[in-house]
Amino acid sequence: MKRDTIILGIETSCDETAAAIVKNGREILSNVVASQVESHKRFGGVVPEIASRHHVEQMTIVIEEAIKQAKVAWEDIDAIAVTEGPGLVGALLVGVSAAKALAFAKRKPLIGVHHIAGHIYANRFEQEFAFPLLALIVSGGHTELILMRDHGQFELIGETLDDAAGEAYDKVARMLGLPYPGGPEIDRLAKEGEETIDFPRAWLGEDSYDFSFSGLKSAVINKIHNAKQRGETLKKEDVAASFQASVVEVLTTKTFRAAKAFNVKQVIVAGGVAANQGLRNHMKKVFAQADIPILIPPLSLCTDNAAMIAAAGTIAFEQEKRSDLDLNANPSLELV
Amino acid sequence: MQSIDMITQSAEETEKIAEKLAEYLSHGDVLTLEGDLGAGKTTFTKGLARGLGITRNVNSPTFTIVKEYKGRLPLYHMDVYRLELSGEDIGFDEYFYGEGVSVVEWAKFIEDYLPDERLEIVISHMEGDRRKLEFNAYGEHFKKILVAMND
Repeated sequence: MKRDTIILGIETSCDETAAAIVKNGREILSNVVASQVESHKRFGGVVPEIASRHHVEQMTIVIEEAIKQAKVAWEDIDAIAVTEGPGLVGALLVGVSAAKALAFAKRKPLIGVHHIAGHIYANRFEQEFAFPLLALIVSGGHTELILMRDHGQFELIGETLDDAAGEAYDKVARMLGLPYPGGPEIDRLAKEGEETIDFPRAWLGEDSYDFSFSGLKSAVINKIHNAKQRGETLKKEDVAASFQASVVEVLTTKTFRAAKAFNVKQVIVAGGVAANQGLRNHMKKVFAQADIPILIPPLSLCTDNAAMIAAAGTIAFEQEKRSDLDLNANPSLELV
Repeated sequence: MQSIDMITQSAEETEKIAEKLAEYLSHGDVLTLEGDLGAGKTTFTKGLARGLGITRNVNSPTFTIVKEYKGRLPLYHMDVYRLELSGEDIGFDEYFYGEGVSVVEWAKFIEDYLPDERLEIVISHMEGDRRKLEFNAYGEHFKKILVAMND
């Protein structure tokens, strides 16, 4: 009988210090995340220097805790998988350095993982993949449609031409005077509001799978600005609902069209914005009608975590991909 | 020539000017880019990227602060807005004195790290799609570029 593959995953690309132990790429033995959101809240966004300092303080504690909770010994661990990019360079470096030090000291193979590959593989804890598979990645830094024809193979079908969806959420939230992080706040307000404003949808041509949220962001800002000048008050709930309706419609429609065109067997939604209730509900509804299976990870696995890095690392390990000990943090690492 | 102003009628025209500017750039050149939300900073950078032979789509660097692109010369596209509070050095020397061309948005937050020789570009809204592009050269290298561009 083939013995189990046990991978230690490490993730520090932004503002979560995380370590996890995953068995056979599909079973979480431990998943420890030290969030810094409270530290960044008062600045209204992630402050890179503060993120790096927190990672340094938390890293070893989080790794020790992950190993303890998983009840594994170092002998059981087959390899160490770490996010090498993309992300904040100073933040990534902490995880990469820790992984390299441990790989060297414990004589374990080292595997560099792309952050987005991790987000995709978070879904494999729920269900085994069926190819071809289409993944919509939506987060603060990414809006991408990725086609996978097999494990570890990624094709970029479409991406944002300007701002990421999560970035548009953050900026609109700031304009509405909402607390950080703005995404969940807009999602919450949108439920209470009505779509009274017809904000633009950027379709970018019939065949395009690319996205653009810069125009929408400007339209929202203009609307708020103009109302202020005329002394009118806009209902924040309605602005949120109208903005969210535009984002959700564009994301869903393009994903649906790509799913049809590439005849995929499964659709995955991943990344921080996959936690958005408006998006989750609309996606589920549209794909259920067309009988295309859709996977959206539980909320705890939408945000950054290391279990997903270990899961993606497991595939790389099985495919005998290894990184050298000169592995470096790469803030603009490309998936494809 | 220390400064020139140009008026563009459309985003396409702004992109073309940036593309032309790219022809004169060499490694270690630093450009700072200022302008309000929606003024066309991303549009300008897209044109510059095309002029540098970069085929990949250029999008917002806000989240990771810096994005790198491979071309005839590498392009380092930065948005240093979030460094306002810390003034953190994310290894600027490696970019500013490196192999490629750096484009820095919100450069005022990292004033201490900027090289003395640089090209400042200010984009401002005029009515409709029209924009004013203001180029201010600091140092001989960029003064020559402005002369060449004006021809």
